Amino acid sequence: MRENMKQDAKKERMSELVPHLIFLFCGLAAVAFVLCISVYLIISGIPAIHKIGIIKFLFGMKWQSTAAEPSFGILPFVLTSIYGTAGAVLIGVPIGIMTAVYLAKVAPKRPAAVIRTAAQLLAGIPSVVYGLVGMIVLVPAIQKIFRLSSGATLLCAIIVLSIMILPSIINVSETALEAVPREYEEASMALGATEIETYMKVSLPAAKSGIAAAVVLGVGRAIGEAMAIIMVSGNVANMPGLLKSVRFMTTAIASEMSYAAVGSLQREALFSIGLVLFLFIMIINVILNVFIKGKGKKDVA
Amino acid sequence: MDKAMEIKDLNLWYGEHQALENISVDLPKNEITALIGPSGCGKSTFLKTLNRMNDLVQGVRITGEVRYNGKNIYDPDVDVTDLRKKIGMVFQKANPFPMSIYDNIAYGPRIHGVHAKVKLDEIVERSLKDAAIWNEVKDRLRTSALGLSGGQQQRLCIARALAVEPDILLMDESTSALDPISTGKIEELCLELKKKYTVVMVTHNMQQAVRISDWCAFFLLGKLIEFNTSEKIFSIPQDKRTEDYITGRFG
Amino acid sequence: MSRRIWNNAVKAGLYICSAVTVALLVSLIGYIMYRGIPALSFHLLSTQSSYLNDTIGILPNILNTLYIIIVTMAIAIPIGVCAALYLTEYAENKKLVSAIEFAAETLTGIPSIIFGLVGMLVFTQLLGIKQGILAGALTLVMMIMPTIIRTTQESLKTVPMSYREGALAMGAGKWYMIRTVVLPNAVDGIVTGCILAVGRIIGESAALLFTAGFGLVLNNFVDSLTSSSATLTVALYVYASERGETNVAFAIAVVLIILTLVINMIAGLAAGRLRAKTK
Repeated sequence: MRENMKQDAKKERMSELVPHLIFLFCGLAAVAFVLCISVYLIISGIPAIHKIGIIKFLFGMKWQSTAAEPSFGILPFVLTSIYGTAGAVLIGVPIGIMTAVYLAKVAPKRPAAVIRTAAQLLAGIPSVVYGLVGMIVLVPAIQKIFRLSSGATLLCAIIVLSIMILPSIINVSETALEAVPREYEEASMALGATEIETYMKVSLPAAKSGIAAAVVLGVGRAIGEAMAIIMVSGNVANMPGLLKSVRFMTTAIASEMSYAAVGSLQREALFSIGLVLFLFIMIINVILNVFIKGKGKKDVA
Repeated sequence: MDKAMEIKDLNLWYGEHQALENISVDLPKNEITALIGPSGCGKSTFLKTLNRMNDLVQGVRITGEVRYNGKNIYDPDVDVTDLRKKIGMVFQKANPFPMSIYDNIAYGPRIHGVHAKVKLDEIVERSLKDAAIWNEVKDRLRTSALGLSGGQQQRLCIARALAVEPDILLMDESTSALDPISTGKIEELCLELKKKYTVVMVTHNMQQAVRISDWCAFFLLGKLIEFNTSEKIFSIPQDKRTEDYITGRFG
Repeated sequence: MSRRIWNNAVKAGLYICSAVTVALLVSLIGYIMYRGIPALSFHLLSTQSSYLNDTIGILPNILNTLYIIIVTMAIAIPIGVCAALYLTEYAENKKLVSAIEFAAETLTGIPSIIFGLVGMLVFTQLLGIKQGILAGALTLVMMIMPTIIRTTQESLKTVPMSYREGALAMGAGKWYMIRTVVLPNAVDGIVTGCILAVGRIIGESAALLFTAGFGLVLNNFVDSLTSSSATLTVALYVYASERGETNVAFAIAVVLIILTLVINMIAGLAAGRLRAKTK
């Protein structure tokens, strides 16, 4: 009897131990993935930077990867990514926040549901589809309006990007606004403020950190986008100009990767762009998060 | 007596439910009027009809008149934002904005068009002094209002309401969430305030009503049962229900 | 006076911005339908492109999208759910938990082109797996893992502690308790998370360019794992930019949008059922 019980106890432990180990392994796998990405990106990205020279790489203004005497300056791509993201944020954030205010505070139930669904659906549309419509509708339109030889420009990409980040901004801002305590709004109205004044001067500032998170989300999406803008931005390695054909860090990688010979400096340089993009995003996230946490701290005194 | 507000045949429904029934009363100027009664009797609802804060509730219906300066405040051509400037409110739980002390006080005046820094500084100082909190915060005007204690926050809210220069101050159980010392400070404050303002306060605390109010209105189940000087209400109440309430038989 | 003007202007602004959002969606989808539906045909959906007959067919791409969903989910669900189980039910070392959660958080911020780059480096170059559905799926697994982990974690957390305590108090082992009490109650949330992940997979393109490839040829499942296979999104890109077949591209766009709408609806229904259950 005792032997049997001992056997049972051992078996039980096995059937508990094995799952435990499996789960632990899986958890570690998740961490492994991130390390994997960082490590490989660094390993593949460093050689080209080393060969080209970091200053020349980051701040060089000419990218001619297939010329007889190639140059690999990525400043045009970096600046284009910055300007493009900034432009998208400048357009998308105000529209998104205003829509969120409307949704959270003003809209009656039915229109609110409609707008919310519209935003959700916009979020689900694949980026290539945005690129397609941009290519067919926006590019010729800009060509006509500004009388250019080609409408595939930074401006076009900015418009597409701002539409793409709209849903994230609306969603997160709306949640933040709904979390603002009703007491603040009542206090404001009891002092003689109108509803609009209350929402703009009390509710929005009170929802500051949530809205900041929305902006971070938008920035992250915009700077990482590739497919939507590859079809509308022209893919020329110019220094950025609103009406010029440009290349972003993301589209630089995407457009040359398919024909860059394995082992060539050109290919290695593309990996380096990937590394720079990765670091860029990490740094932006850190800065924005510190900024948000810093602001949040002030209000709790 | 001089009248601050005259209420005539006021009825209020929340949807199907009638919360106030045929209320008629004249609120005296520059005196403290206490609204007392058991929970759910309608005294807070009544208070909120005086500055039209009930407008914010869905499905509210009101008949009757509430007259201020000779005009019914529920007339369609009344500017509600101006009305609330003249009839201010302090809530049960202190609700300072998540902004600096200065910005909290300056909020009201700014909304109503005052932007000059000199004028705002003046208003902020005056309001904080009137609310007996100036000395405690004068060196930290730019710090967050949320860093103050509960009692200080409530006095801040009083100062905030005073900043827009109202005639009447409505206080909705404003000391019920505070400790006895803070409560005492605010009661003292009210006695000072009535020199310049009319105070109408809802209170659950009968001792408070006895201590500081000049007039008293007893509400029960949405009706105004009795209205008289506090002295008379607490010594020789006319209605048996009033007597039952103040002697603690219910509520 | 100017106060009233400001109030009215801002109010108008609120209405206009919301109207713009709706108008954008309506015109976007409307235009796609307008261009795409005429280009749809049974032939398009059921054959592969042939240079010989000069016809276009997107059957291979439809199948590739299906294959990649299957392979990705087959790998990601077990690993993701198990990792989430570890994090919520087993982990005691707080540092390890925050490390894993930080890793997951970080992964969500990385753009898909970088996943594509790393996927290409690790799976096709380092591990030597040829460009195809397998390499693409492995790349997508990296991308959607954080989502699966997070949504699974959240559904596990909604199972009340009392259920667990009840089972353990009766002498059940931990895994037994999880298997019989926790998981069945968390299944709805996990499924919703998976449906959303599928939605993301359908729309993904940048990560697949260099891992799953641009191939437009029809393959069976096993072959497609290691042959260049374009999913619907990549095919859209190829037909639009490189082959100039814009009508085909719009037709693919219609298919993609319908798929996305269906997925959203199913996810919405699942979430609704979940909400009703927890009431």
